[in-house]
Amino acid sequence: MNALDVTLWVIVPYVSLTVFVLGHVWRYRYDKFGWTTRSSQMYESRLLRIGSPLFHFGILVVALGHIGGLVIPKSWTEALGVSEEAYHLSAIVLGTIAGVCTVAGMAILIYRRRTVGPVFTATTRNDKLMYALLALTILLGLAATVMANIVGGGYDYRTTISPWFRSIFYLQPEGSLMAGAPLLFKLHALSALVLFAVWPFTRLVHMLTAPVGYLTRPYIVYRSREDRAGSQPPRRGWEPIGRP
Amino acid sequence: MTRVMAQLAMVMNLDKCIGCHTCSVTCKQAWTNRAGMEYVWFNNVETRPGQGYPRTYQDQEKWKGGWELGRNGRLRLKAGGRLRKLLTIFANPLMPSINDYYEPWTYDYDRLFSAPVSEDTPVARPRSLITGEPTKIRWSANWDDNLAGAPELAPADPVLRKVSGEVKLEFERAFMFYLPRICEHCLNPSCVASCPSGAMYKRSEDGIVLVDQDRCRGWRMCVTGCPYKKVYFNHRTGKAEKCTFCYPRVEVGIPTVCAETCVGRLRYIGLILYDADRVAEAASVKDEKALLEAQKSVMLDPHDPEVIAAARESGIPEDWLEAAKRSPIHKLIFEYGVALPLHPEYRTMPMVWYIPPLSPVVDVLTNTGHDGEKAGNLFGAIDALRIPIGYLAEIFSAGDPEPVRAVLRRLAAMRSYMRDVNLGRDRDESIAAEVGMTGETIEEMYRLLAIAAYNERYVIPKAHAEQGAKLEELATGCSLDYEGGPGMGGPFGEASGEPAPVAVENFHALKERQDTDVLGRADELRGRVNLLNWDGKGMPDGLFPNRKEES
Repeated sequence: MNALDVTLWVIVPYVSLTVFVLGHVWRYRYDKFGWTTRSSQMYESRLLRIGSPLFHFGILVVALGHIGGLVIPKSWTEALGVSEEAYHLSAIVLGTIAGVCTVAGMAILIYRRRTVGPVFTATTRNDKLMYALLALTILLGLAATVMANIVGGGYDYRTTISPWFRSIFYLQPEGSLMAGAPLLFKLHALSALVLFAVWPFTRLVHMLTAPVGYLTRPYIVYRSREDRAGSQPPRRGWEPIGRP
Repeated sequence: MTRVMAQLAMVMNLDKCIGCHTCSVTCKQAWTNRAGMEYVWFNNVETRPGQGYPRTYQDQEKWKGGWELGRNGRLRLKAGGRLRKLLTIFANPLMPSINDYYEPWTYDYDRLFSAPVSEDTPVARPRSLITGEPTKIRWSANWDDNLAGAPELAPADPVLRKVSGEVKLEFERAFMFYLPRICEHCLNPSCVASCPSGAMYKRSEDGIVLVDQDRCRGWRMCVTGCPYKKVYFNHRTGKAEKCTFCYPRVEVGIPTVCAETCVGRLRYIGLILYDADRVAEAASVKDEKALLEAQKSVMLDPHDPEVIAAARESGIPEDWLEAAKRSPIHKLIFEYGVALPLHPEYRTMPMVWYIPPLSPVVDVLTNTGHDGEKAGNLFGAIDALRIPIGYLAEIFSAGDPEPVRAVLRRLAAMRSYMRDVNLGRDRDESIAAEVGMTGETIEEMYRLLAIAAYNERYVIPKAHAEQGAKLEELATGCSLDYEGGPGMGGPFGEASGEPAPVAVENFHALKERQDTDVLGRADELRGRVNLLNWDGKGMPDGLFPNRKEES
């Protein structure tokens, strides 16, 4: 494993993940007001109604697929009796459908963003960088899958990329596993790592506050003036009497 | 044991609204004169019949705001439950577009100065504030003001369509009135229920419905959930915003901006006590026409000793209970029985109520050559003129004409009864008796409606001193930092530490100036003069440093 491999597959992932985690903590503490989807539906909804669900549902399936492929070890699925062929086939079919939906949705959304005047005006430089990275990552991912499986003879990333991915979280990084992966997979992983590093500073933060709690909370929320989340706690030395 | 909660509520007397839009303008100046909120009017005044703002917002078959009863008889959001909300979160199909409100614009004022010399006078062309491009102004928040364009536009009024069998829009039979609208601060708010991130809440102290700007993620479901379309999306910040009932003002006991500046003095603000545990039950009454009575049954009588005991138990402070007893809102709804809610059929239990206008009836009657204020004529006309009644009933009582008729009869009785008083004739108790009132109550009601003294219109208890330290601006937590407290200034003398909150300083200085006949009593301000409140007259002590004692 040479220095480049160590940099790319050991150092960069840790830097990226650290920035991802600390960036979110920082953003949540100091920019709660900026934590929003910044929806542009008010300006245009005809294209959005096709593009946005296509993209979001697509990327959710893609994300689930990544969890299945990267996080769950091959030995587990094999213990369940799923053969490599069966896994591979389902991954390709599901992944390709979801990937195509995501790319199509993204294409519609980017087209909309560029051509609809008010939407384009509301697009910041930050958004443009985010779109570029996101699009690059998605396209590289789709390209890697297509090249390896449909054009090529298939590539079992579950023996190289997945263990590498898990090894990062075990804190025993095995960068050498990644060194031998096909170029497109490498580029996809690198691009994703860069995306994770800018993630907390873009509008993508909305993903982390996906409102799943809505399913279980009571409909009407009462809050007392006292426990208002936005009010600052008294400064040190200024706490009123009677507080433990 | 009932769980008693307090609610700040408003009543508007529509007979007195002249449609001057002062409330809208002052509200806009105070709250929504910011980028991203150009199209937003927390307070707007609509001409009825008309399409309203946003256009046709009352058509709930289209917008699906508010609640409905499910097949199992339980309340559910008309736009769909939790799962459906999350599944449509990526593109809300029921979200109004900017064109349903209107495309805000400004003018190219610069051209008036920078245009080259020419034969023609330069003009300032309108420019869209959304696209920045030159635009053609096609609609606004009150485009159909005063029935402008009514033959074309009014037929699209969703309320009018419901009663269209009876209504003719011929010029000579036209009628209109103004409907000023703010957020209803509902007891059963469907916007709060629709918010996926739980950022919207009802304040448990005073029932004001607010959006926590730090928790709002811009999912836009509240805009859909509110049947009155009074939650707005700030397209610049990506957050929802709404009428705040001017909470920083009512917390210190002064009325909302819209009420304070109302030229017609038609707004009343006061407390209502209600039984929080019975709200859902009352909102689920099967018959829409029974919703008005159901909502009234949730509100409690502040004079009832049992209610007072329960309220104390629920932690409502004594002065709030006193304010609830003096509440003009309770009087108008219960003692005089003249206020009605806006669209009770949305099942949100709105808390901004209206006294429906009698004037269309009086006007029509006078135009036909009758004495428009004679009791007999008026009573007859209220029943005969089914046009306004049916229309008013669709707005204020879910289509049931009876409550509207009862209110209009009381208002008519008041007019006739008080005319006798003003003309020095004998008081005719029979007029009062005919509408189930006494002459005394009628005169009280007249005092509240016609004289409308400031301190009777607005009975607003202040937010509590012991809670006051936690109000937004007083985040230092030391309540002695202002108004003569020993904690004035920080540990290193005056001007160290946190500055006294501006709102508090101004409020006390202003009150001071209003109550005294001495110019700027500087000693109260500890050698400082608040120039914001200095009216330029005289030279108050403390404006300049004291001269050295000459001795």
